[in-house]
Amino acid sequence: MELRKSYFADVRKDDLHEIGQPRPRSDSPGHVTGKTAFFADRNFPGMLHLKMVRSPHHHARIRSIDTSEAEKHPGVVKILTAKDVPHNVYTILILIQVGPEDETVLADGKVRWKGEAVVAVLAETERAAQEAAAKVKVDYEVLPAVFDMEEALKPGAPLVNEYHGQNYYLYDSGECRKVRFGDVEAGFAGADHILEESYQSSPIEHAPTETTGCVVAPEGNDRFTCYTNTQAMFFTLDNTSIILQMPGSKLHFVGGTVGGGFGGKVDVIVEPIAILGAKLTGRPVCFIYSREEEMQISSPRAAEKVVIKDGVMKDGRIVARKVTGYTDAGAYSRHSPYGAQKGAGHYPGPYTIPNVWIDTYCVYTNRTPSSAMRGFGVTIGDFALEVQMDKLARLIGMDPLEFRFINAYRDGDMKAHRQPTEGAALIECMQEASRAANWPVAEKYMAMSSYVKGA
Amino acid sequence: MAKVPVQFTLNGSEKAEFIDSGTTLLHALRDKIGDTSPKGGCHQGTCGACSVIIDGELRLSCLTLVETCNGAVISTTSGLSEAGVLHPLQRAFLDTFATQCGFCTPGMIMAAKVLLDHTPNPSRDEVIEALSGNICRCTGYEPIIQAVLTAARSNSQNAA
Repeated sequence: MELRKSYFADVRKDDLHEIGQPRPRSDSPGHVTGKTAFFADRNFPGMLHLKMVRSPHHHARIRSIDTSEAEKHPGVVKILTAKDVPHNVYTILILIQVGPEDETVLADGKVRWKGEAVVAVLAETERAAQEAAAKVKVDYEVLPAVFDMEEALKPGAPLVNEYHGQNYYLYDSGECRKVRFGDVEAGFAGADHILEESYQSSPIEHAPTETTGCVVAPEGNDRFTCYTNTQAMFFTLDNTSIILQMPGSKLHFVGGTVGGGFGGKVDVIVEPIAILGAKLTGRPVCFIYSREEEMQISSPRAAEKVVIKDGVMKDGRIVARKVTGYTDAGAYSRHSPYGAQKGAGHYPGPYTIPNVWIDTYCVYTNRTPSSAMRGFGVTIGDFALEVQMDKLARLIGMDPLEFRFINAYRDGDMKAHRQPTEGAALIECMQEASRAANWPVAEKYMAMSSYVKGA
Repeated sequence: MAKVPVQFTLNGSEKAEFIDSGTTLLHALRDKIGDTSPKGGCHQGTCGACSVIIDGELRLSCLTLVETCNGAVISTTSGLSEAGVLHPLQRAFLDTFATQCGFCTPGMIMAAKVLLDHTPNPSRDEVIEALSGNICRCTGYEPIIQAVLTAARSNSQNAA
């Protein structure tokens, strides 16, 4: 490993003991010997297995649920429906006052996406739970569904989620998150060229090798130990406390060992219902997604659409940028209002542009609820922005890397969301990239610095 | 459900159990015998996390019925180190940062062990081929390939 000390030599601290030094990982010895305990490695006598009855429809009213045949299936111990869940309607980010509560632990009267959990079956074996789940009869009245964000935003579109009342998240700023900086129309009017392009992405599944799940063991004193692979331990603890109306002191969460997460295990999905099952049966409970559930049911990265309009001068300066971003939350919010908001702050990219207009929408559709994944809210935006940068450079006949040097933000520049730039290193990264990729740029760009403005 | 008697050698120890007919070796090892080093990632033979060695051959324990293992000699990653001393493959996986979440690691090590048992000095392409049935979602594979090549080199140095 090489630590370049030539950059920022006059402002850097040089008494670093850890940075630049390889350190062994504390968890590796457990991994290579097979001793690391993942949640599914916990086994308890008398442990029950939980399987979900899931909606086969994208959008439907539930007329009735009949569990009588399933209850008679050998090995079945308990069947749970919405009425068994103390606080059935929740939303994860209510903990940081991002409401309304809009999602059911078990569907109550309606399903809003294909795969939504409707009935939970607890049985002595995984096989008995699976077979009994197939015997639960749910009578559905299928409703019109909407799968496209722009269709969902049109008047007269099917209403996906009544808890919102419209097919977008209502921010305190209105129907979208907005950034307004300078005068974008004046910027376009004075530009040498205008380029407007649209970029779109599909949902992406994290596909961790270990599927989502938890094992719950009653401690015998109204307290429950939950071994989980959640990536969001305290979100899960606090939301479980709300959903089950149980004080946190009754919930003992053990986690931190995650067999691949990538953001796919931050939702609060398996723990509340498994703990409820353990509470109502007095038995340990294992709820683990099958591979099929992991791929079909767990939240993916949101589908996004990004429309970018830029005004650019022949000398390479971008003078105006207008971005409209759409994040497909699917049927429920989960972390998407936050993701869309992040996009609003991020969309100008690491470039200093005097006139910026940004709208980002968090849209509800009848698709699988999306949520966190590695830089959600900005990753697809970065793809769109950087493809756009290449197109702009080509439009004015300029080298794409030099074009980025001209527009790169540097310390002291005001960003569109009115945070002054501090600690920028884009210029220096591009200088290293230029050398590493053997993509030479003019000497004046190699002499630039993020730190000393105008150097 | 009818139970069937099953007897095999696991990591040098004799095991004898009555097990439900139709049980996979993966379930038998994890839930009955208590060796949780093979992992269940897909239960359909596609991820390799459940890989074990049966009579010297690499096998997917999630697709192997335990009834077919009578009299077999089975090795798993939990039995690889001897007297607390790591096997060269385990050492190499540690030293080259070839583990991240660790879920695929026991299966990877089993696949690598079968390779090195048959081919002590594999080429990079042979390593890639040998690991092609094992999915890792964290590392991007490169540190794992390096670990196997490193272990092969340390084996040949020790032999010399």
